Formats: sequence, structure tokens, C-alpha cells
Amino acid sequence: MTKVRVALPVHLRTLARVDGDVEVPVGGDPTVDELLDALESAYPTLAGTIREHGSGKRRAYMRFFACGRDLSQLDQSTQLPEEVVSGAETFYVIGAIAGG
Amino acid sequence: MAGVRILVGTRKGAFIITSDGTRRDWKVDGPHFGGWEIMHLKGSPVDPERIYASQWTDWHGQVVQRSDDGGKSWEAVGNNFAYVGNPGTHQWYDGTPHPWDFKRVWHFEPSPDDVDTVFAGVEDAALFRSRDGGASWTELPALRTNSRGNDWMPGAGGMCLHTILINPANPRRMYVAISAAGAFRTDDGGETWHVATRGLSSNFLPEPEADIGHCVHCLAMHPTRPDTVFMQKHWDVMRTDSAGEMWNEVSGNLPSDFGFPIAVHAHEPETVYVVPILSDSEHYPPDGKLRVYRSRTGGNEWEALTKGLPQSDCYVNILRDAMSVDSLDSCGIYFGTTGGQVYASVDSGDSWQAIAEHLPAVLSVEAQTIP
Repeated sequence: MTKVRVALPVHLRTLARVDGDVEVPVGGDPTVDELLDALESAYPTLAGTIREHGSGKRRAYMRFFACGRDLSQLDQSTQLPEEVVSGAETFYVIGAIAGG
Repeated sequence: MAGVRILVGTRKGAFIITSDGTRRDWKVDGPHFGGWEIMHLKGSPVDPERIYASQWTDWHGQVVQRSDDGGKSWEAVGNNFAYVGNPGTHQWYDGTPHPWDFKRVWHFEPSPDDVDTVFAGVEDAALFRSRDGGASWTELPALRTNSRGNDWMPGAGGMCLHTILINPANPRRMYVAISAAGAFRTDDGGETWHVATRGLSSNFLPEPEADIGHCVHCLAMHPTRPDTVFMQKHWDVMRTDSAGEMWNEVSGNLPSDFGFPIAVHAHEPETVYVVPILSDSEHYPPDGKLRVYRSRTGGNEWEALTKGLPQSDCYVNILRDAMSVDSLDSCGIYFGTTGGQVYASVDSGDSWQAIAEHLPAVLSVEAQTIP
């Protein structure tokens, strides 16, 4: 079991009642979906706010970044980068630039 | 002393405006959930401290908040709204089939006899019920399947179920309204439904008197007259005295019969309020004058109420869920504008004052009378 550091957008930090980045325990070689499963397990109010209920797909206005790369379009069954699993890098959940 | 709590949903958060029974001084509390769209808040008739709030953005989707202390603190509850079975398609704006997809909750209607039961009207249009205080939600699918849901189409705001009326003496009798599908009634708590649009006519439809496709904007009912319902349609103000079996137009002398909200006086079942809007393509009051119109004859004969309301250069809109009444002895009327004002009248509409200004655009207003 390791801990992955996740940065959340401000509205989700408020919803989860956390002040900054969160650390989420995951096992083995976790995928994007497994990280998000663990995140929602630790913070149940986030269910449905990053991925759709039912389909589990990333919501249209949400983006994922890590290690300077955009991971948004990767299949969510893709394994996380080693640097994220090791704790050297943060997994960023970011709201797309839109709205007013 | 009794008091009043006004629950205001806006484009950027919720505000709670309170006063004691004199309704002279008002306190604005908020924003709650700052930065989120708050489509609607409503308190339970069983326990007014229990309030449900629909919190939403395009980024994060639907969140449902519940308060058990009158809005002082909140808890996020269930937000999984899954249609029963495969809902298939409804009509898109251009008449092509479009997959049914949950977007957000437009309206909560807490049960009149059970604090943990609450109904949710959602987009894409459907009715959901929770029996555990919002923790879990179950669709009542017969509304779609009994009423030709695949023929429904969205209005400009989306294909939303925005109005839920429950007969307090017989909660199994409910009316709902959907833009742009029409009005529907159940007599068995939502197990079966039928279309309740006979008498409606909408010129934008290929068949103006078709049973499906009317853009109903809002319904209102006095709790002691459950067979009489008033309707603000896209165009036309209507009433039924037969529980929706037949509707008759009561627009009468209104300067425009286009509008969004409609409300009934708390103590006078034949006193009705609307806010005329210039047209379907010009969503602001005629002549730049913000006027509430009151009928004390159940429609047809309307008088303009202007005292305390801006009578020049006013181009705000009043959305469908943004008008409400309290039930104090002298009935209070409240409405919010897309310009961020909340107006109150404590004398049945004779005079008005702004109790909040400069809020974000107001999406909904609900008045609670606190014992």
C-alpha cells in the first residue's frame, strides 16, 4: 500500500472538507480508475463529481494531469505513472477552463 | 413570535434571508456553496428545519445538500440519479432523437407528511423520490413510460421537470410540469400518470392542441383547492377546476401573457400572481416596468402592483421557481430577479421593498413560515 497525492480543484476541496492536497492509499500498480475509486472511498461526497455515476467516465469538464502530461484522454484503466505512485509527483484533477 | 425564512438559489450560491413576524428588518446570510449554481432549496412542511438544496455546476455535476438545522449547517447526501431501465431517446431541438441523460435537479418537493420523503424533478425530465432524507433516489418511471416520454422535447432551459404539486390532504395526488412536454397528473403516488393538457393551445406546435409538447412554465395550487390549478404557460395564463381534465385561459387584460412564475395567495384561493414578460424572445418586463399582476377573481381581471418596484429602465427576468408566498396572517409575497434583487411584499402585493440587492442572478425563491 502506498499513498498517492491528489490535488483537487477548489470546489471539490470544499465539498470534501479538506484544505489542500489529499493523500490517498492505493495498492499495487494502481490505474487511474483505481486511484479515483480510492479517492471516492476516502471522500464519499466526491462520488459523481469527477466521474459520472453509472458509466464511470470522466466528466466532460474535468481534466487529469501528472508529470507535466495531460492524462485526460488516456483510458482510465491505464496505470498511473511511477512517479505518481512513488509519491514524487502529484496527480492533478483540474476543472477545464470554461464558464463565467 | 413567528418568523419568515426566504431560501434563495442563485447562479453563484444560496442565500437565506430571515426576519421575525413583523417582516420589517431582514438579514441576509450567505453565500452558502459559493460559486455553485443553486437551482432550488425547499424546506419540509413537516419540519421546517429540514431543507434540501440542489447544488450544481457543469464541471462537477449534481450535489444534493441537506440541512437539519434551518440552513446553519449542511451535509452532502446522495447524488446518484439513475433512470430505471434504458430510457431511450427524447426529441432534440431539431426533432431528431436524443439520448436521455441526467443533468441536474431543478426542483425539490418535500412530502407533506413524511420528513424523510422528498421528490426531485430533474433534467432530462423525470421524477425521482427519496425515502431516506436524500441518501438514495429512485425514479418513478411510469411518468416517462405512460406519457410518451420519447415525444418530449427540451425548452430553451433544457428538458426539465420543474414543478411538483402535492395535494396535502391526499399526497397520492400529484401534478408535475415539464418544459416542453406539458402537465401530468397521478392519483396513485406516481405509479401511473396521465397527460393533463386538454384545453392548452400552443401555436409553435404543428398541431397547436396536441396533448404533448406544450411548454408549461409553472403551476400553482392552493392547498385547500386541489382540483383547481393555475398555470403560466410559455404564452397564456390558464386554470383548471377539474384537476387538469380541462384548462381554460384566464389571461384577460394582462399586458403580456408570457411569463414564468405563478403563485396563489396563502389565504385567498382565488387570488393569483404573475409577472408578465414581454415575449418569448424578449425576456424582460413590458415597457421596462417591473409589475406584478394580481387577480382576485381567479384570473381574467388583473391589476398591476407597482408600489416599490422599479417603473423605468428595468430589464430583468423572474424565473419560474423564483416566486413564493408565506402563510402569515397578512400574506407575504416574495420574488427574485435575474438582476439579483429579492423583493418582498407583506401586504398581499400592495407594496414592495427590496430585501436583498446585488445578489447573483436569482434562480429560485422559497418562503418558509417559521412557527
